[in-house]
Amino acid sequence: MIKVPEPLEDVIVNLLRLANTKLPEDIGWALEAAAAWETNDIARSQLGGIMDNVKKAEFAGRPMCQDTGIPVFYVTGKIIPGTEDAIRSGLRKATDTIPLRPNTVHPITRKNPGGNLGKGMPIIRYRPTDDNFTEITVIPKGAGSENMTRLAMLNPADGIDGIKKFVISAVLEAGGRPCPPTVVGIGIGGTADRCVELSKEALLVPADSVNDDKDERELEEELFTILNSSGLGPMGLGGDTTVLKVRVMTECCHTASLPAAVNISCWASRRATVKISADGSAEYRQK
Amino acid sequence: MDERTVRALKAGDVVFIDGTIVTGRDEMHMRALSLKKDARPPNGLKGATLYHCGPIMQRENSKWKVIAAGPTTSARMNSLEAEMISRYGIRAVIGKGGMSGDVLEAMKEHGCVYLAAIGGAAVSLAECINEVKGVEWEDLGMAEAMWKFEAERFGPLTVAMDAHGSSIYNDVASKVNGTLKKYHS
Ligand code: SF4
Repeated sequence: MIKVPEPLEDVIVNLLRLANTKLPEDIGWALEAAAAWETNDIARSQLGGIMDNVKKAEFAGRPMCQDTGIPVFYVTGKIIPGTEDAIRSGLRKATDTIPLRPNTVHPITRKNPGGNLGKGMPIIRYRPTDDNFTEITVIPKGAGSENMTRLAMLNPADGIDGIKKFVISAVLEAGGRPCPPTVVGIGIGGTADRCVELSKEALLVPADSVNDDKDERELEEELFTILNSSGLGPMGLGGDTTVLKVRVMTECCHTASLPAAVNISCWASRRATVKISADGSAEYRQK
Repeated sequence: MDERTVRALKAGDVVFIDGTIVTGRDEMHMRALSLKKDARPPNGLKGATLYHCGPIMQRENSKWKVIAAGPTTSARMNSLEAEMISRYGIRAVIGKGGMSGDVLEAMKEHGCVYLAAIGGAAVSLAECINEVKGVEWEDLGMAEAMWKFEAERFGPLTVAMDAHGSSIYNDVASKVNGTLKKYHS
């Protein structure tokens, strides 16, 4: 049994505050590196403005972007009873206190129930393990980039070239809408639903970690070079910096299928994790 | 802003705004366009500097405070903006990502520019807002309501579509199309 010293609800508030007010370090480094090699003046000013905003948000403890998105929670390890209720009440509290923008509406009536709640909200994915701790990760993602998500049920004959074509169009046709420079999550394989999930999970991997799967890594590197030489640039205003990272995740699929999905994250690629140990101590991180 | 000021701007210029700006997203556009022709529009809409933004607001001792206010994706308003410009004489649209060809046409015809704000720079931009002067159509919700802000040195904003038919997005698109074509042959 994991005992939780402070109410789990408050742990969720802390987690959401960290995710929304502080950009993960690896993304910050990627932005700095981009600013150093960027040759376009407008692009440089956009990158400078972004980094300035990141510092101000962290200093003021305010959300770095007004679109605090729809948070997706991943709960792994030993699941603490009552987790779901705690996430819900924590999210409502965070919405009022941080504050976050109340974004959720009914899809047909467009009525906003407040608190970022409502039918099916927030989205929580569980993966129980035999570990003696629990980990909760949150990825709050804005609509600007989430709206650019694409799934293609390609034919096996389309192969790797088909995948490249699909990703290149998805990113370039999105233009400035997902606030480039972006992090591009790519899922390949699985079933249609799993493939889209994979493409979002790809955004959880720190941008500075090297993929040890050779096939995935080579595809990441090639797409990174192609996309950054496209000229789209920060905010779609032109320049050398279109993507900060391309991350590929593969899983097996049906012999007659080749599912591929792209989930783009804006530069505000937010995420945070809390690990709650058996003794109840909570450790927060963004790695 | 008057028409002369707007027409003097050229794509690529960088500007900062002092004065009133009003926010509007999908719902605000739809409501403004659904008003009967003889109905009185809310104060501040005529000739406005229209900001595509759904801010995070907080009430402090009965006064509204802006917490975060970056631009939203303008393309969602593509089908509504030309009419907003012709009907309400909007002089400047602030947003991110750019807008379609018919909006560029309307800008040329009526004298309006598109100013690109830095997407996601919500805290920096909120700090340029000195005062919340009011809110219309609050029933649309925090993100969709029409907020009226008094701003000082609001920016930097890049003139991305000017009143002479030039658009940075069109220039970038022709370059990007090169890459798209190369991988689609
Ligand atoms: S795409 Fe990202 S940075 Fe841009 S407005 Fe949306 S949440 Fe903010």
